[in-house]
Amino acid sequence: MNVIFLRLKLQICLIVAMVLSGGLFASYCYAQEEKFFEIKAKKFSYTPHKIIVNKGDKVTLRLVSEDVTHGLYIDGYGLETKAHPGQDGSITFVAGKTGKFTFRCSVTCGEFHPYMVGNLIVGPNYRFYVYVLMILAIGVGSGVVIFRKSKE
Amino acid sequence: MGKDKLFGLIDLDWRFELTKFKLIRVLFKSRWFPLLLILFNLFIFVVILLSAFLGGYSAGNYNFGIMLVWILWWVLLMLVLVPVFSRTWCMMCPFPIFGDWFQRRRLFGVTQGKLAGLNLKWPKFLKNMWIMNIGFLITTFFSGFFTVRPLATFILLGGIILLAFVLGLIFEKRSFCLYVCPVSGFQGLYSQFAASEIRRKDPEICRKHTLKTCYLGNEKGYGCPWLLLPFSFEKNTYCGMCLECFKTCPHDNMGFFLRPPGVDILQDTKREPRRIDEAYKAFIMLGIALMFYSVFQGPWGVLKDMVRATTMKGYLTYISAHALFSLVILPGIFLLFSWLSRIFSGNKDVPLKKIFVSFSYTLIPLGLGVWIGFSFGIILPNGSYILHIISDPFAWGWNVLGTANFPWTPVFTGLLGYLQGATLIVFYLFSLALGFRISKQIYPEKSQAQRGWIPILVFLTLITLIFLWLFIG
Ligand code: SF4
Ligand code: SF4
Ligand SMILES: [Cu+2]
Repeated sequence: MNVIFLRLKLQICLIVAMVLSGGLFASYCYAQEEKFFEIKAKKFSYTPHKIIVNKGDKVTLRLVSEDVTHGLYIDGYGLETKAHPGQDGSITFVAGKTGKFTFRCSVTCGEFHPYMVGNLIVGPNYRFYVYVLMILAIGVGSGVVIFRKSKE
Repeated sequence: MGKDKLFGLIDLDWRFELTKFKLIRVLFKSRWFPLLLILFNLFIFVVILLSAFLGGYSAGNYNFGIMLVWILWWVLLMLVLVPVFSRTWCMMCPFPIFGDWFQRRRLFGVTQGKLAGLNLKWPKFLKNMWIMNIGFLITTFFSGFFTVRPLATFILLGGIILLAFVLGLIFEKRSFCLYVCPVSGFQGLYSQFAASEIRRKDPEICRKHTLKTCYLGNEKGYGCPWLLLPFSFEKNTYCGMCLECFKTCPHDNMGFFLRPPGVDILQDTKREPRRIDEAYKAFIMLGIALMFYSVFQGPWGVLKDMVRATTMKGYLTYISAHALFSLVILPGIFLLFSWLSRIFSGNKDVPLKKIFVSFSYTLIPLGLGVWIGFSFGIILPNGSYILHIISDPFAWGWNVLGTANFPWTPVFTGLLGYLQGATLIVFYLFSLALGFRISKQIYPEKSQAQRGWIPILVFLTLITLIFLWLFIG
């Protein structure tokens, strides 16, 4: 029942969003779900290395170490957990901030430890889209300016 | 005709002389400066070498040498020194000091006449950036060791200082700095963007001063150790900011100026032309940035395993792909866009090489911006290690400043993406603004310059978008 209801809500929302085509409104339409990920940590990477969720999702990450003790610290959210071999760590949080965030190992685990990172992507990634639009606008705009100048 | 203004705002001829302040002028003319800075850095450098040696093959994130060199020094270099103050690092660099001392046969003061050592001229065919281009690229093959294994850093730095000394015995003056030092090439290239410069003030005074003491030297100082003509050079690239010319000019005619960023990129004179070796430096630096970001700040474990050579095959794949990309693929793609530029312009008489080389200078601001974005990604998450290591440099359990137990604390990493995105945009703007001016220098007619600019504009936009995606996409 829950699922159907969510679907319905999503559909209505999508239609309204399409009509209004407002980016902000669209974000409301992402159904807020509970999401669970098991992340395996092994010198010097995480599997999966990319976690994709939507704004408002309640996210649980379980950190499983496959060799030595590793940590997981999420930029922007400031959350942290640790996993020892045989003893998992876990974080649960509501993904309130959108964008791409790096999560990093927080326990020195070997020489590549500072490079042990993964990505948490909380959609919709407005930050990225806005920057892309700005760059395209600057590119096209500068081109227009350059061609205009000649007519003077 | 109106003045040429960057973004319609900053007059390209604007300069603000810092040496008009007495304090700075006196400082620059003193023989103690920059010697004291060099001595200070030499001391730090010895501690770095020692700690790196003691650190051996252990993980380097709590090692003084590793952290000071690859976090503090590298980030300072890319974030502040080069973009704002040009080659100020070379001003205070301790690497060549032993060679200088040997050649001058004294620690302080000025030796008149011939310098010691063989004083050979650097071979003509090597008077370019190629050794540095290849040398730096090869150095990056081992970045998976240098930046994490103290002993590897020890070997690298020890090797550089040894080489600087040996070449100082054989070749004249700062030949090592000009043609060999691995950190020289990119500083030279990116200092063309820098917001400051050392130049002669009034060319008229130079013309009347027929005995060019700034080149020949006098009792106050040495002739330009970087073999420049201080009275006429117009590009930061090969000025190591050693300040000798401030001391040797009897008319106080050398100045240190603030200026609009990037103006050297528009310089293309007979004496200081745009060159293909410098162009390649721009490609190599961009290629390295792409590779480094993917490997060290990207989430891909496969790449990390390749770079730290878990298997020989993976490692060889990495270095060949890396070299191929920087030396062939990236320049190849750029050549294609340069060719398109010529077609778009409708001018078939301009040589393709000129288009390719000239436009490659548009990668200087963008490349620097990419490196700045990369540097933010180093310092914000890892800067806190520095508090630890300065309190306990040799890992002997010291606590000099009481910060030895400061835990790893990422700072403002939530803002990292915004910073990186904003940086990219700012430097992209500079690349565009300067790039179109280059186009006008390449093509004789304005309409050709406009049309010929389009493919390059597209290329720069694509590169910016690729890095934006890597940083925050
Ligand atoms: S070129 Fe290299 S060795 Fe010479 S001063 Fe600069 S950094 Fe030091
Ligand atoms: S022009 Fe030569 S002498 Fe003057 S600061 Fe630059 S490198 Fe030194
Ligand atoms: Cu780890």
